[in-house]
Amino acid sequence: MTETTPVTDTNGAAPVVGEDQPLISVHDLEVGFQTQNGIVNAVRGVSFDIYPGETVAIVGESGSGKSTTATALMKLLPGNGDITGGKVLVEGTDIVDHDEKQMAAIRGGVIGYVPQDPMSNLNPVWSVGFQVREAIRANGVATGKKEIEARAVEVLQQAGLADAERRMSQFPHQFSGGMRQRVLIGIGLGADPKLLIADEPTSALDVTVQKVILDHIESLTHEKGTAVLLITHDLGLAAERASKVIVMHQGRIVESGPSRDLLTNPQHPYTQRLIAAAPSLASRRIESSSAVAEAGVGADKFDVAQMAEQRAEKVDQDAAPIISVKNLTKEFQIRKGGFKSETFRAVDEISFDIPKGTTLALVGESGSGKSTAAKMILGLEVPTAGDIVVGGTNMTNVSRKDLFNLRARMQPVFQDPYSSLDPQRSIGATIAEPMKVHKVGDKAARRARVLELLDQVSLPEELAGRYPNELSGGQRQRVAIARPGAQAGRGRARRGGLRARRARPGADPPAPGGPAGRARAELPVHHARPRGGARHRRQRRGDGAGQDRRVRHHGRDLRVREAAVHAASARRDPGRRDRVGRLTLS
Amino acid sequence: MSDRNAHYVAPVDETQPGDVDQVKLAKRKSNMWIDAWRDLRKRPLFYVALVLSFSVLILALFPEWFTNADPSYGDLSRSNGAATEGHPLGFTKLGYDVWARIVYGAKTSLTVGLLVVAITAAIGIPMGAIAGYYGGRVDSILSRIGDVFFSIPYFLAAVVVMSVMSDWRNPLTISFAIGGFAWASLARIVRAEVLRNKNLEYVMASEAVGRSRGSTLLRHVLPNSMGPVIVALTLSLGGAITAEATLSLLGIGLNGYFSWGNEIAQAQQTLRTNPSALFWPSLALTLTVLAFTFLGELIRDALDPKARARR
Repeated sequence: MTETTPVTDTNGAAPVVGEDQPLISVHDLEVGFQTQNGIVNAVRGVSFDIYPGETVAIVGESGSGKSTTATALMKLLPGNGDITGGKVLVEGTDIVDHDEKQMAAIRGGVIGYVPQDPMSNLNPVWSVGFQVREAIRANGVATGKKEIEARAVEVLQQAGLADAERRMSQFPHQFSGGMRQRVLIGIGLGADPKLLIADEPTSALDVTVQKVILDHIESLTHEKGTAVLLITHDLGLAAERASKVIVMHQGRIVESGPSRDLLTNPQHPYTQRLIAAAPSLASRRIESSSAVAEAGVGADKFDVAQMAEQRAEKVDQDAAPIISVKNLTKEFQIRKGGFKSETFRAVDEISFDIPKGTTLALVGESGSGKSTAAKMILGLEVPTAGDIVVGGTNMTNVSRKDLFNLRARMQPVFQDPYSSLDPQRSIGATIAEPMKVHKVGDKAARRARVLELLDQVSLPEELAGRYPNELSGGQRQRVAIARPGAQAGRGRARRGGLRARRARPGADPPAPGGPAGRARAELPVHHARPRGGARHRRQRRGDGAGQDRRVRHHGRDLRVREAAVHAASARRDPGRRDRVGRLTLS
Repeated sequence: MSDRNAHYVAPVDETQPGDVDQVKLAKRKSNMWIDAWRDLRKRPLFYVALVLSFSVLILALFPEWFTNADPSYGDLSRSNGAATEGHPLGFTKLGYDVWARIVYGAKTSLTVGLLVVAITAAIGIPMGAIAGYYGGRVDSILSRIGDVFFSIPYFLAAVVVMSVMSDWRNPLTISFAIGGFAWASLARIVRAEVLRNKNLEYVMASEAVGRSRGSTLLRHVLPNSMGPVIVALTLSLGGAITAEATLSLLGIGLNGYFSWGNEIAQAQQTLRTNPSALFWPSLALTLTVLAFTFLGELIRDALDPKARARR
């Protein structure tokens, strides 16, 4: 393989120049998984080529077969999976019948791999240096202790770790998520592979770090002319980073082509839907609708300022705010071995008001204290100092009875759709629980209300008797949204504040369009979520950057910086576009 | 190369995307118990375990249905005798009918087993659950108490108790002697499970709804912690039956009761001359313990939706 010109043009407009021979060539690939109910075909007849130096992205929702396709290229399928048909040509040789030994030469050497979750992909009991050395030794790039050591330091330096030599002896827990991912990228590129497979390399990382990591992968591979296969569920990200995009759905390729072509002229209805739902595309539209217009992504152009104005709810200036927080502080004691402990300020004197019927967003990366603040308002955590007044009741020294009554009016929607529903309770029982606890209505009335709520979140009635394990992440999140609504059925409780926090990340991309907006139509929402479309554009801080713990503002100082809109729901119902909003506090 | 940059679109009619996040449901209605049953009835091992444990149960309840022989009638003239009409498993050294003694011994063994399980659960589950859920000082106190009991091997404790209580050796005292010291390990399992579950968001959601902490523990945390507990309990059922047998073997068990342990103890002396007198009660013991263990594991798997999905 000779040196080629890698194509990393964001718009993907430049003609691809390179080798005539594809590096990887997949023909009618089929992958089946042996399950109790027979063979399930995860990949059904997929064909594509990857040329040297090229960046190709496979986009699809979970279960579309995108990760399976990628692992099939390295024959690293889980035990019950097997390639059942087709050919995978790596540099012209079919690897389908390769044995483990032959594959070992290809893995790492020809195809490098960056896993999704940096937290679980480094072994916590071995030092980082050991793990890098191990990878280098396995790939046979260097022999001899000194040589391996030197190469390992070099890899870590390339990974962007400033004092690589010193950090070699450190353990994974001493590294931040971003640094761990850099180490893994370093390991993946350690043997100068010709192709790097990056399987959702940033989805487990904090917003502020994601862009840095993607840039890092891009610059490293660009330098060496390595081809990249990027697996992602975000079409916007794929289009930004890859010259060619492959859209997969239910094990098949539904559309593929140069990214610009695909983005501006999506043919398949599924691709069109993906484009409508992609969070990063929405944010780009918002950030500079004019620039996007030039690029020709036309269809959904929003004027941010106008949107923000539309978003502004009618606030009754005279009425007392439904939730008022003053100088709220929370300190945790962190044990430091022995009897020593250290005080950690998770929330540092924050103050804000939420007027009746309005939405407030608390935005920040993980560890910024937003969830702790929310827990204190819910009465699940006791503040160290400060006041919280909810509907006229001060939460400090609140009596059990008052707290019980408050809870009829204040409900959380949780972040993780998989852990926020009791796996042993049916959907109906879960939604009815608030009503049962507060003794609202009789059994028949509660059942009627449950069915009504299910309908409001677009779920069929039969679901009431089913269990969470039968549902997808998006569907579970809809149930979680319906649950707090149960109490809003009471006239009195309708005045309460509903808070939805981080109600998104667990759901598949096309999922969040409708029901969330619907639930919000009825209830005041306090909405805090850390990640939105604008993540690639903003906050270009390094991943080790200090966390901004002090978020202080008062109602008036709120300045709208950006907002993400799900084009899908907005287009279907223009009047609804204001419901999914995002405010940055400054 | 022309096809390198080709824009490929799959035939739309073959690859319909379908509705967003649509719900695909089987027509059958389901709930936890129906689902568990559907899963169980597909597993042959379940029937084997069920038949075995039911047989033992019937044996224990109605011993007279299964034999006409009197287990307390020993005739030395048929000492170590082979099987004859109406005495299918032969005779012991003292001329007792082996089969009759197994049949009548089932009652004692099963009573002790179930009683020990009940006692273990009654002490171990609340101790572990309260310690794990409330944490802090409560946890320290309860866990230290548990540690004290954990550090004494329950069998050793039972030996001491049974030796002291030589005048009151009956199934109830032997069950308390075993169960009263065996609960600590169960409490540890429960505590660990509760610790794991109590930080999940559905627990927080339940408290945020207004459910009290105690009620949340009973309604959400404990049911989700029962999987390993059920298995530990079925294993302790087997362990308890064995412990009773061992105590009887040592001569501090249930004198004057028919029990498998007593049978095995007696038959030891004739291991070489009449091994079948030892073999049959041992087989009964093994099969019973196995049956309950399998039953417990199968039920746990069937009740856990995640475990069901994995299979």
